[in-house]
Amino acid sequence: MANGGTGTKIVKWVDTRLPIFSFMDHALRDYPTPRNLSYWWNFGSLAGVVLVVMIATGIVLAMHYTPHTAMAFDSVERIMRDVNYGWLIRYIHMNGGSMFFIVVYIHLFRGMYYGSYKNPRELLWWLGVVIYLLMMATAFMGYVLPWGQMSFWGATVITKLFSALPWVGEAVTEWLWGGFSVDNPTLNRFFSLHYLFPFLIVGVVVFHLVALHTSKSSNPLGIDPRGPQDTIPFHPYYTVKDNFGLGVFFIIYAVFVFFAPDFFGEPDNYIPANPLSTPAHIVPEWYYLPFYAILRAVPDNFVGLWAGLGYIIINAKLAGVITMAASILVLFALPWLDTSKVRSGRFRPVFKWFFWIFLLDVAILGVCGAHAPDEPVFSWFKGFEYLALAQITTAYYFAHFLIILPILGKIEKPLPLPTSISEPVLKGGSSAGASATAQPMEKA
Amino acid sequence: MANSTTAPDGGGETRRDFLLLATTAAAGFGVAAVAWPFIDQMNPAADTLALGSIKVDLSKIAVGQRVSVKWRGAPVFIDHRTPAQIKAAEAVKLSELKDPEPDKARAKKPAWLVMVGVCTHLGCIPKGQKPGERKGEFGGWFCPCHGSHYDTSGRIRKGPAPSNLPVPPYTFLTDTQIQIG
Repeated sequence: MANGGTGTKIVKWVDTRLPIFSFMDHALRDYPTPRNLSYWWNFGSLAGVVLVVMIATGIVLAMHYTPHTAMAFDSVERIMRDVNYGWLIRYIHMNGGSMFFIVVYIHLFRGMYYGSYKNPRELLWWLGVVIYLLMMATAFMGYVLPWGQMSFWGATVITKLFSALPWVGEAVTEWLWGGFSVDNPTLNRFFSLHYLFPFLIVGVVVFHLVALHTSKSSNPLGIDPRGPQDTIPFHPYYTVKDNFGLGVFFIIYAVFVFFAPDFFGEPDNYIPANPLSTPAHIVPEWYYLPFYAILRAVPDNFVGLWAGLGYIIINAKLAGVITMAASILVLFALPWLDTSKVRSGRFRPVFKWFFWIFLLDVAILGVCGAHAPDEPVFSWFKGFEYLALAQITTAYYFAHFLIILPILGKIEKPLPLPTSISEPVLKGGSSAGASATAQPMEKA
Repeated sequence: MANSTTAPDGGGETRRDFLLLATTAAAGFGVAAVAWPFIDQMNPAADTLALGSIKVDLSKIAVGQRVSVKWRGAPVFIDHRTPAQIKAAEAVKLSELKDPEPDKARAKKPAWLVMVGVCTHLGCIPKGQKPGERKGEFGGWFCPCHGSHYDTSGRIRKGPAPSNLPVPPYTFLTDTQIQIG
């Protein structure tokens, strides 16, 4: 932008009437970003890009898709075979769902490792969990639309969860279905809501960003910037870094779209939905598997124990649903369950280990969700079934949040924190005390 | 604020509070009245409700044979039970059952068991209708999704399902014909 040119005059004219340029300047150029962000900080903007890709491809797919039980499956096949580049757009959308969850899971676990949910970022974290919940609902309804066997039976199993609610369960389930089973009214409303929800996500993303720009980005050291020497403008430094990561991400994404488009899918979903025949093995999409394992992990005798505690109306089904809901809702309480004042896992020698154990625990839960509960874990030892493994890992999942994190924050001795972000950069890693903060900023 | 709103008689503040409350209540009622149609439109529509009943001819079903018919979008299991199966169902003590129900209350005629073939856990169709399918540990039906076992009376015996396979409303029109719904 040359000074005093016509361009600048137009910009000024617009800006005094609608401050869009100063807003962008404020959000991108002036936004002071910690100078030490690693590539783990790319995944927020990556998730934003995938959301845009999903909305763009989704709007196009809706131009060719027919939300009717008699025609949905065929209209998707028509997109695949007859619509110009329909196969490409559908594969981008289909794999985009998986990519979205991969990116968001990395974003989420990054937040967990670096304590990004801690004061003053609790609401930022909450908004993230809300986005995650909306994503799960959106992806679930989208998966129903092709009206294959997994679409139908996945929809049946998940909507039936609501029938576990005491007293109103049946009424709520019929209300969701618009009938007595998953049928055309269900498909119609899922299509409508699948179109709506991404825009709700956009809305919450805006709040997420407002909260981010208020509390500012966290960073791998987990300490607050002390002054201008600790930060750099978002543009061009992080626009470049984010764009490089975006390029790498698009390569991986394209490999799936072009060379393994059905890698994340289930072959059964290429069989048209049949309400009279359940597939031998119903599996949800991979990103739900840990929660599916938790849902199935609640045993009868555990329910007996709950009943003994006074929860008379609870049966095994309801207890499973409550446990699964709790496994996600516990994330809202995380900022208060983690009692440590130190944000970054880098300076928490014991937490660091528990973080990786927790990650492994979630991965094992995912494996449990993909197998039948009565299947033996090891082919050479019949006595240990996936149900038992899921129960152990479910118990650990909750123990991590409800026991380990609260206690660990009190008893762990964290490593000494650096005095500032710029100090290791400007002083070559030696600790020279607070005087480093007075140093002028240099290009890193 | 108080000065400007207080009426000469000194009761203005109370009257204004009352008006505010009344207006809010009226508006709340209006919102609820308008919201209800938007909620209720999701409930089963009149044509869906009208798909009420079907007639099934039983004369073609041999002893020991199981047949599925579609009713309200879901399968209904019709089982022409063998004497051994009936005996097994009747011999079970109620105290052994998770959802206690005598066999007599589930079958209008002991030879014919009619029930909705949807697992009460999460809605899968239990196996056992076709010959050679897994019938579970109690010789009735077995749900492959989460491992629920039903006995020869369709009662839940083992696994996560909370209750027995439900018996739909049905009547014998003749000895060989029933109407479901």
